[in-house]
Amino acid sequence: MPDPQQPGLPDDKSAISAAGAGAATDMAMSEGISLEGQDPQGGGPDTKPRSLWSDAWRDLRRNPVFLISSLIILFLVVISIWPSLIASGNPLSCDLAKSQQGSQPGHPFGFNQQGCDVYTRTVYGARTSVAVGVLATLGVAVLGSVLGGLAGFFGGVWDAILSRVTDMFFAIPVVLGGLVLLSVVTSTTIWPVIGFMVLLGWPQISRIARGSVITAKQNDYVQAARALGASNTRMLLRHITPNAVAPVIVVATIALGTYIALEATLSFLGVGLRPPTVSWGIDISDASANVRNAPHMLLWPAGALAITVLAFIMLGDAVRDALDPKLR
Amino acid sequence: MRGATHARWTAVAVAVTLAATGCGGGGNGGGGGDGSGIVSSSWGDPQNPLEPANTNEVQGGKVLDMIFRGLKRYNPKTGAAEDALAEKIETDDSVNYRITVKDGWTFSNGEKVTAKSFVDAWNYGAHLDNNQKNAYFFGYIDGYDEVHPEEGDATARTLSGLKVTGERTFTVKLNQKFSTWPETLGYAAFAPLPTAFFEDHDSWLAKPVGNGPYQVDNYAKGSQMSLRTWNDYPGDDKAQNGGVDLKVYTDNNTAYTDLTAGNLDLVDDIPANQIKNAQSDLGDRYLNTPAGIIQTLSFPFYDKEWNTPDGAKLRTGISRAINREQITKTIFQNTRTPATDWTSPVLGEDGGYKAGLCGDACEYDPAEAKRLVEEGGGIPGGTMRLGYNADTGSHKEWVDAVCNSINNALGQDRACVGDPTGTFADFRNKIGERKMPGPFRAGWQMDYPLIQNFLQPLYYTDASSNDGEWSNEKFDKLVDDANAESDTAKAVEKFQQAEEVLRDEMGAIPLWYQNGSAGYSDRISNVELNPFSVPVYNEIKVG
Amino acid sequence: MGRYVIRRLLQMIPVFIGATLLIFLMVNVMGDPVAGLCGDRQCDPATAQRLRTDLGLDKPVWQQYLTYMGNVFTGDFGTAFNGQKVTELMGSAFPVTIRLTIVAIVLEIVIGITLGVVTGLRRGRPVDTGVLILTLVVISVPTFVTGLLVQLLLGVKWGWIKPAVSSEATFGELFVPGLVLASVSLAYVTRLTRTSIAENRRADYVRTAIAKGLPRRRVITRHLLRNSLIPVVTFIGTDIGALMGGAIVTERIFNIHGVGFQLYQGILRQNTQTVVGFVTVLVLVFLVANLIVDLLYAVLDPRIRYA
Repeated sequence: MPDPQQPGLPDDKSAISAAGAGAATDMAMSEGISLEGQDPQGGGPDTKPRSLWSDAWRDLRRNPVFLISSLIILFLVVISIWPSLIASGNPLSCDLAKSQQGSQPGHPFGFNQQGCDVYTRTVYGARTSVAVGVLATLGVAVLGSVLGGLAGFFGGVWDAILSRVTDMFFAIPVVLGGLVLLSVVTSTTIWPVIGFMVLLGWPQISRIARGSVITAKQNDYVQAARALGASNTRMLLRHITPNAVAPVIVVATIALGTYIALEATLSFLGVGLRPPTVSWGIDISDASANVRNAPHMLLWPAGALAITVLAFIMLGDAVRDALDPKLR
Repeated sequence: MRGATHARWTAVAVAVTLAATGCGGGGNGGGGGDGSGIVSSSWGDPQNPLEPANTNEVQGGKVLDMIFRGLKRYNPKTGAAEDALAEKIETDDSVNYRITVKDGWTFSNGEKVTAKSFVDAWNYGAHLDNNQKNAYFFGYIDGYDEVHPEEGDATARTLSGLKVTGERTFTVKLNQKFSTWPETLGYAAFAPLPTAFFEDHDSWLAKPVGNGPYQVDNYAKGSQMSLRTWNDYPGDDKAQNGGVDLKVYTDNNTAYTDLTAGNLDLVDDIPANQIKNAQSDLGDRYLNTPAGIIQTLSFPFYDKEWNTPDGAKLRTGISRAINREQITKTIFQNTRTPATDWTSPVLGEDGGYKAGLCGDACEYDPAEAKRLVEEGGGIPGGTMRLGYNADTGSHKEWVDAVCNSINNALGQDRACVGDPTGTFADFRNKIGERKMPGPFRAGWQMDYPLIQNFLQPLYYTDASSNDGEWSNEKFDKLVDDANAESDTAKAVEKFQQAEEVLRDEMGAIPLWYQNGSAGYSDRISNVELNPFSVPVYNEIKVG
Repeated sequence: MGRYVIRRLLQMIPVFIGATLLIFLMVNVMGDPVAGLCGDRQCDPATAQRLRTDLGLDKPVWQQYLTYMGNVFTGDFGTAFNGQKVTELMGSAFPVTIRLTIVAIVLEIVIGITLGVVTGLRRGRPVDTGVLILTLVVISVPTFVTGLLVQLLLGVKWGWIKPAVSSEATFGELFVPGLVLASVSLAYVTRLTRTSIAENRRADYVRTAIAKGLPRRRVITRHLLRNSLIPVVTFIGTDIGALMGGAIVTERIFNIHGVGFQLYQGILRQNTQTVVGFVTVLVLVFLVANLIVDLLYAVLDPRIRYA
């Protein structure tokens, strides 16, 4: 096993891949390359060894899908922080006389059931919804993949204990969990809701990660690395994670959207975010009841949610591609 | 899809599921205008076993109204208590009553309805060991404290105030003067029970037997109850149809959709967001009838912040900040009527309903509202949390609308925010433990159409449903006086004076009177809702 | 293998006890169910006390739990508030929900994997984009709305189906509700399959298979798909339990008297007996489903062995 600090051969993995080398060789080579390959553009004397992650980053910067999705996300972040940049109204000012009215000058998206301006609420809702979606997804993904990864990697007793704990958490119905855990909270911040989603959401990712790690662990290059005496940490980080991360990314990016929607379900149950908080989830839930009479009330917050999910799915796709050595 | 042909029809429908159109509304279940057609109606699973004194909600109440007749019956149109099985109810002192039961009545299993049928039923309903949730209805009868003590075990088997004096006669002794007591006897809890109820309770519950115009044909808990006309029914309100199939729906929205698809004849609780469609979907087959229900906002008077000397001004200010007119129109599509007193229009003027009794205090006037709230010391803490439960009745919409109305009137954007509680039980817990942090929603469905029922249980000091702990000596005294008054008109007048005290102190903010709403298919006609918002099934004609 | 299965079956015991205890405590934390039984008014104190005694609520929680578990082992799951036996409720709810779940899972497998394979092989093509857009719609429009719209269009406007499922709840009637129920999971299955396929189609064994001149169809089904299915199978395995217990919205909209509906009612009314009873059975379903998934790993990837 070469020492990671020692400069390796500057080469192009895809070339090796394309050469159709045997699996074991492929593993050993790409191992060396992905970890120790030098940046061909760097060239300077102080060139740092290039890792798989920096490789991925280089790929990402050139990927239009990544750029577009990043721009959308950047935009969402900006309006989350300064919603007044593009919306001048007050999301809490509602006039029942305008209930369900359609588009009109100054109010491009029309009004909702309570007579609030849909455009303003959609813009102001971004902060809460994006924060809930992103933070819950991050929490779930980190907790789930760490626990699931460990269970899958070590197997045996570890797996038994972690998997059975997972099973127990699976057994808690969301409605019950929400009513019990969230009804005791009176805080109007988003944190209890995020905490709740992480608590009930991690088992799913954990299962997926465990399954992927179990498969990845069987790959010849992992077996070879083990034979070469690589440490557990090293194998997990360098060999298994890049090969097992794809399903986690896929599930997490879709889950992001479902968490934003789940927040609506929790609000509907009376245990989610409380007014005067403005969020897409609350507006989608409110609009759903009247969708037959005023579909426009649903269209805008749901559309905003769709664009957000799209951005993250695209981002996830790009990151996954960048991490996948076989696609090089 | 109904009646005996149910299973077969479904099987056919399955074979062609995705291709076939629904089976349509008509046809099966018997002929047209000859009174043998079957009505299919939406239903919700009753919360409690179907015992008369244990049923405290509309769904179980529907069935009891079909299979039982008591001493009195509330006229489905006027709500007035009229004699049903009672031949006469006499009293000299408003305490001792002599009751004679009409001759010729039997239960549908052939057993005679006697004085004993009533006395046994009432004793059962009152006794602590039987866990009857409406036991308190018997609380005016002498000896109630022995069979249903506040604490500890019962010391008597039967109510000492009840005595059977003959096959068709019995006497009732009350523990206080109550001149309008006979008018409470139309409530289902006072229904007679056959001996089968006591001898084989489980099979009675599986298939209840009563003395009403219908008998239970088949009861599949959780999915359907088939009721069929009892042909030997001795009363004069015989069923005009062949029977009723009550079908349990998971959601009233679904029931409504099934009605519009022609698979159901009657939906008696149209969800608010479908009302707009109901008018266009159904035309004149849509009913919107006043019911004996009023919605109010109660205040936590046990909380010092809400019980200040100037509190009345603050509460009146809040009341005047609520645009009832607009909310009932926009949110409820006029299935609620802005309240102008604390009773219900179904009482009628003679019964004590007085439109406009609330006067200015219930008129929307944002400027005046703002002034009053400021004079009353402002909203405690700057924000008031308006409590409601999120699991039933879609209260969120109107609570948000009320809050927006208050916020707009006061010119602040968070003077009022909705404060949901997840479950009804939890909501009631918080109320019971006196833990509400602000005003909260309160709904009152009358037990019997008397003005007394709208005031005493809710606002009398320490009354059973006085959840806000409002207390006022003047009010209590007027209610006492009214109850002792043997002349109905004078009693009503006293009650109204008490109501004026309630208004001046704004002990609770009246919001609106609730209507019953229903829609029905073109297969059936002569559909009406009674003042308890229950369809009058026996009068429905099929075809 | 046999020993592995036995070990897994034994592990179910602590999970079973842990999960039931957890649920039992959670329902208990929700507070006093009696308060909700008397409508918009307080129950009179004597009756309330009586009800609490009858429901065993006056005893300490651990004692309630032991009594309950003791009863469960003798087959007595208690009684719901309306006087119906919980076993009776389960007997009517589970068959319906199992049928609904089967419909949903089959749709997930058939539609989800097909779309996943197609999009995975044609990344970036119009069909891929089209499926992505569908995915977005499914995720961002709540099931509640999709369900209502489907019900309104197919049930009322076009009259293709009956909007409400009858109490028989046959497979035919459950097709559309099953599709609605499966919609979000479909998005997951499609994208998981797509990613796996895209990842594995460059794998050596696929290239070898192609080089050997195997027909494309055989390469896809035998080599590519089989090796791509592990994440998908894992997901579907976790989804079975979620579909069975979590079909609250779908069951309500389509009038299906199944587990989700009963569980929801039980939770809202804080009926410990109903909730714990139903969840207990669900826990068993999870455990078995997970075991099957783990065994499937070995079938799909022969390199995975269980000692």
